[in-house]
Amino acid sequence: MATTYLEAIRQGLWEEMERDPGVFLIGEDIAVYGGAFRVTAGFLDHFGARRVIDTPIAESAIVGAAIGAGLMGLRPVAEIQFSDFISCAFDQIVNFAAKCRYRWGAGVPMVIRAPSGGGIHGGPFHSQNPEMAFVHTPGLKVVAPATAYDAKGLIKSAIRDNDPVLFFEHKGLYRKVKEDLPAEDYTVPIGKAAVIREGRDMSLITYGAMVHVGLEAAGQLQREGIDMEIVDLRSLLPLDIDAILASARKTSKVLLLHEDTRTGGLGGEIAALISENVFEYLDGPIVRITAPDTPVPFSPPLEEAFLPNVRMVVEKARWLYRY
Amino acid sequence: MSAAEITTPLRSRDAELAERFWHFMSMMREVEDRIERKLYRQGKIVGGVYVGRGQEAIPVGTALVAEAADVLFPSHRDMAVFLIRGVHPRRIFAQYMGRVGGLTRGRDGNMHMGDLRLNIVSIISAMAACVPVAAGAALALKYKGTRNVAFCYFGDGATSRGDWHEGINMAAVLKLPLVLICNNNQYAYSTPLAQQMACANVADRGPAYGIPAEIVDGNDVFAVHAAAQRAVEHARGGLGPYLIECKTFRMTGHSAHDGAAYVPSHLWEEWGKRDPIARLEQTMMDRGWIEAAQLEELRASLRTEVDEAIVWAENSPYPGARELLDNVYEKR
Repeated sequence: MATTYLEAIRQGLWEEMERDPGVFLIGEDIAVYGGAFRVTAGFLDHFGARRVIDTPIAESAIVGAAIGAGLMGLRPVAEIQFSDFISCAFDQIVNFAAKCRYRWGAGVPMVIRAPSGGGIHGGPFHSQNPEMAFVHTPGLKVVAPATAYDAKGLIKSAIRDNDPVLFFEHKGLYRKVKEDLPAEDYTVPIGKAAVIREGRDMSLITYGAMVHVGLEAAGQLQREGIDMEIVDLRSLLPLDIDAILASARKTSKVLLLHEDTRTGGLGGEIAALISENVFEYLDGPIVRITAPDTPVPFSPPLEEAFLPNVRMVVEKARWLYRY
Repeated sequence: MSAAEITTPLRSRDAELAERFWHFMSMMREVEDRIERKLYRQGKIVGGVYVGRGQEAIPVGTALVAEAADVLFPSHRDMAVFLIRGVHPRRIFAQYMGRVGGLTRGRDGNMHMGDLRLNIVSIISAMAACVPVAAGAALALKYKGTRNVAFCYFGDGATSRGDWHEGINMAAVLKLPLVLICNNNQYAYSTPLAQQMACANVADRGPAYGIPAEIVDGNDVFAVHAAAQRAVEHARGGLGPYLIECKTFRMTGHSAHDGAAYVPSHLWEEWGKRDPIARLEQTMMDRGWIEAAQLEELRASLRTEVDEAIVWAENSPYPGARELLDNVYEKR
């Protein structure tokens, strides 16, 4: 039976808790209620209140407590109910967790799960993609899986990692994407991208929910004779620079797609990397397709206009193909 | 509260304890005096200097109650915590000078340092951030089934930050073994207490979180020690956090560059008479535990140890630029 993205995360958490008694969960409404998105439903009954901890509504305290427990050798998984609220814990993440190892040699094994992304009419405070605030922070790792397979493999890698990992799970994918998963234990390495569609004519580099927008666009473009490669970054920090450059060298034309807003988005960084390293291979300008520089609006016509979509990708790809 | 008054009744076995108090308080004073009044002025300290002059009774009276497996989060004015845990003064000088002999190998300065083997966690500058983290350490100690506790130190200024309140509230709700130690030295940089909070005491906030809170004379090391014992007994007993507010005074500027002209001069005079080391010495002599000449010998011995520590630190090299990129992440 195919496993959903949400169920994959749930399985990953469950199996790691079974495997390692130091793994525990902490967050708002995660125990008795089972989490706002039901990711941790049933965990309290099985693992008990010692390992599945409901907290006051206090993101900085949740993350701080996870840091303290991580320093003491446990493997906390903190849930931020919506990634929009992660800004409440910004100081703990960027000043405490990210800098401990560099400053005084103390690793902070800790995972922060943060449901992110739009498309559910959540409005300005339940739809954001705050990953770049953390990609700009040395000492953190940031992942954003697009598939059920990667979601399970990356949550396991994140829990086993000895550095703090931010796990941005796209809430729009929770029940939308599914696939058959291996029965045996597996992990997906942090820092490795995946070429999820081979192509000759151009590269689309993307992550998260936009991977699926890219795949749909690639199907349409194929019927027009345009063969698009898709690189799913999976990890945003560290970036798989080799995979990015290899695809750019192969196709010589690059589209960058992200749901995050434009200015200061990951696209700019990737464009600079390509320009610095493989400029001579390019046969056209590097094209960005992103959300505009606005908050995420609530009303459906506004949110639809905000989110990058298949039509935008197809149009930009046609333009770049002819360039 | 008169200058020499000691609030805690003394027992005979306290003579030995008093000598330990004296050693760590005097060593902290000597090391900090050298750093602030000699090395900083000589240009040998490369960054800020934040000392705990006048507050030495607080780290000493509390940290001597801790067991080795208790986890300590000292603030930048609690140097004696490091000394008590066995960090040699030479490593503290090297830390201040940005040398590889410091606990952070030059990655950070002053009291921003820690060592997990000694169960000391490094503070960050936004000090209240340590309260939730100490709560998490306490959570881990409880999770592992130990009877150990975490000690979190902070100043009056830190109590205005949201993290302080979030951390204490969560620790109270989860009944975590956390001892909260406020060194209320009446100034946060230039901001006096009355502009920091509208309540009279930090301890007044304890009941709001459902935790016991007591006020103690922070310049009376015996009183601080006794309060710490009560707090630790409470926390080890599974009853949750306990707040100790140590009333003291910062007998210096915020840092070495700060002349603290904003402090009314009568406060320096009043609090100068309550110096915690002078009071301890007076008590020790009054009780017949030590004589003035012996104290002078001990002081001379401390000075020699500190002289040697400074030489060691100055001979410790600066880190090479090739180390710049190391240890952002775990080496694989």
